[in-house]
Amino acid sequence: MKLEGQVRIPSGCAIAAAISRDGKRMTGEMIANAMKPMHDRSNGLGGGFAGYGIYPEYKDFYALHMFFDCRTTRKDCEVFLKEHFEIVKSEIMPTRKIPAITDEPVIWRYFVAPLQSVLHAQQLDEEEFVARTVMKINTEHPGAYVFSSGKNMGTFKAVGFPEDVGVFYRLDEYEGYSWTAHGRYPTNTPGWWGGAHPFSLLDWSIVHNGEISSYDANRRFIEMFGYQCTLQTDTEVITYIMDYLLRRQGLTLEEAASVVAAPFWSTIEDKPPAERETLMYLRTVFPGLLITGPFSVVFGFRGGLMALNDRLKLRSMVVGEKDDMVYIASEEAAIRTMAPDAENIWAPAGGEPVIIRVKDGVVV
Amino acid sequence: MSVDFIYPEFEVVRNDSRCIACRVCERQCANEVHSFDPKQGSILSDERKCVNCQRCVSLCPTRALKIVKSNCTLRENANWKDDTIKEVYKQAASGGVLLSSMGNPKEFPVYWDKILINASQVTNPSIDPLREPMETRVFLGKKPDRITRDQNGNIRCKLPPQLELSMPVMFSAMSYGSISYNAHASLARAATELGICYNTGEGGLHEDFYAYGPNTIVQVASGRFGVHKDYLDAGAAIEIKMGQGAKPGIGGHLPGAKIIGDVSRTRMVPEGSDAISPAPHHDIYSIEDLRQLVYSLKEATQYQKPIIVKVAAVHNIAAIASGVARSGADIIAIDGFRGGTGAAPTRIRDNVGIPIELALAAVDQRLRDEGIRNNVSLVAGGSIRCASDVVKAIALGADACYIATAALLALGCHLCRTCQSGKCNWGIATQRPELVKRLNPDMGAQRLVNLLTAWKHEIKELLGGMGINSIEALKGNRLMLRGIGLNEKELEILGISHAGE
Repeated sequence: MKLEGQVRIPSGCAIAAAISRDGKRMTGEMIANAMKPMHDRSNGLGGGFAGYGIYPEYKDFYALHMFFDCRTTRKDCEVFLKEHFEIVKSEIMPTRKIPAITDEPVIWRYFVAPLQSVLHAQQLDEEEFVARTVMKINTEHPGAYVFSSGKNMGTFKAVGFPEDVGVFYRLDEYEGYSWTAHGRYPTNTPGWWGGAHPFSLLDWSIVHNGEISSYDANRRFIEMFGYQCTLQTDTEVITYIMDYLLRRQGLTLEEAASVVAAPFWSTIEDKPPAERETLMYLRTVFPGLLITGPFSVVFGFRGGLMALNDRLKLRSMVVGEKDDMVYIASEEAAIRTMAPDAENIWAPAGGEPVIIRVKDGVVV
Repeated sequence: MSVDFIYPEFEVVRNDSRCIACRVCERQCANEVHSFDPKQGSILSDERKCVNCQRCVSLCPTRALKIVKSNCTLRENANWKDDTIKEVYKQAASGGVLLSSMGNPKEFPVYWDKILINASQVTNPSIDPLREPMETRVFLGKKPDRITRDQNGNIRCKLPPQLELSMPVMFSAMSYGSISYNAHASLARAATELGICYNTGEGGLHEDFYAYGPNTIVQVASGRFGVHKDYLDAGAAIEIKMGQGAKPGIGGHLPGAKIIGDVSRTRMVPEGSDAISPAPHHDIYSIEDLRQLVYSLKEATQYQKPIIVKVAAVHNIAAIASGVARSGADIIAIDGFRGGTGAAPTRIRDNVGIPIELALAAVDQRLRDEGIRNNVSLVAGGSIRCASDVVKAIALGADACYIATAALLALGCHLCRTCQSGKCNWGIATQRPELVKRLNPDMGAQRLVNLLTAWKHEIKELLGGMGINSIEALKGNRLMLRGIGLNEKELEILGISHAGE
């Protein structure tokens, strides 16, 4: 049977997220527990988490989380890493042995800084260099896979139910101001850890529930700009789209949302002139980045989260609040697990981005 | 000479028990097949002149007529086909080049018919276009590489000129001269009502049709007929015709007999003289020359209009398109080898060029590989026959499609493939006033609107089935296509998987 990446595998899912607007840090236990009432939305073939603010002692370094199929692959890949990065710390990813999670690959974690001499030689800024190097490893080093590459954030994922994946990765030992979670229901059984979600690049991470019908249009558009969709998953292509729009084109989150979940032309025509002009412009310039078909995503970035549904709202997603906390989940039950007395529970409209940032002045 | 005798291709079968000798067939046939015999009081047929245009069959009030293929054939031979032998006889008698009309009728693979479309099941929902919005609007033209902002941080919303279409289909180039005034009127009115564009072809723009300018593409071809400042300013876009799918590598020839009256004035060619379009543009012998013409036309129209460069699908089309995409063109129109024509040498029409499906797939991929796909929009033509062909073309990577034969069929064409005779009984490919008036432009426009309205519904149904609610999410979405009965190489070029994969 073909592995993920050689074939496109649609999947259904559960997602959840929580963020403290005060920047207060919480352990990953809460978000892992939030996935329990949504157990039936996953089928044990993938679960994962992203935490922001979890590596304060290494906040100036890129945290590379990597899977290797064997020790030799890791040794070879480390030679490559050392040619590109200064490695300030490298260690085995701390995990718990539990019966629910088996057949794990070699999981390793590196804190790195790009070598200035290589940066200058390639005439790239730091983020572009890291993004390209990550994609180079993922496409050119068989058996090695970078699944997290941001600063002061990290992605943790595995084949298994999400609540078990949380235990496996010892999320109760990490503290972050923002967490996202994903449980996967793929319609095929490749059982590859890299295929689990979240998908992340630099500080961006995506958890996604849905199956986008625009996939190949989006993929073929974004691949023109140096991205390589090696997994053939929606989550991967959405992450690259957001990276392209936000980092490379300098769009705001709201503008990026109006590209991927563009308002209908009829809606655009009813807007005030200035807004209409901008929306018309963005939709005309980036037609290949419109995402159709069902999706609910939580997009994680440094200092915040954005929740977004497809423009027809073909996937469930609710948002709730309690004090400085904001919760997002596929089902209200997940929010109630995290905050039984959560308030203002509402279902954002299709295509309406919900953007939550930690308060101004809070350093994250 | 008896050796030249070719038994007529068709037989006119008249049911005498139904025929009332009303002589409608006689009046309707510009080829003069039917004649009244006063002595017998009956109608006679000279089937040698019959082109099987079905005009008499359609108008016979008693359904007394049918046209059938003659069964008087030469001895069967898999190598020396009937047509091949008869063409030898014709050339041995005349010493001339054989002429044909409309698209290549030979049995080459039609890849559209070997591609199947996807639909949603279980893992994502299909969308009902009767209940949910379903968008088909497209903008053709160059898209900027980078977003720029003013000093207040607002996005600068200045776009290069775009052609806005309500659906991704346009009527492709057919000149006034090759088709009639009423055919042009029908196309112009329909395009306006539909919110799409029609194309003047190389015959200039009749003064009556300047009113339809916002829905008109004005063509500049190698003969430069009818090209002047007002003409360029009149259109929504300007098309440089470098080639035509039906006859790549050669020009055109409208006989002097058709250059009369308005046709002569519109083309700016003296009455009675032949209008000969040279094979190449004599100011374009290479790609850098094309760039100069593109920019000359942009200068002439203050950079307000997108420039289309139309090329025939030939062997190295991907490299050619890449060059055109870097020449300043905003849109590339690719015309496949099954595209139609008012007249072309038979050998050229039937043997030169490649199928649009392969050309389109190769060009779209090449432009993406080079990162310049957003520099240009791609329009695919020759031949797009129905809504599913449009959907497949868009999924392969086209921004829009050109149709012409389908539009003529809507106007009454019965595809008899004898446009070159100028005796079109349906009033389309003719300049004879008594024939032209048979095509009522009010009805013609309505039928074209009907056709594309029907296609639009079908496109929406197909999109909805795929779970897509806007046409741009289909563009280049090759995962929505599967090949059936295609070999590895064909699949590789088309960039699609085989059914079952």
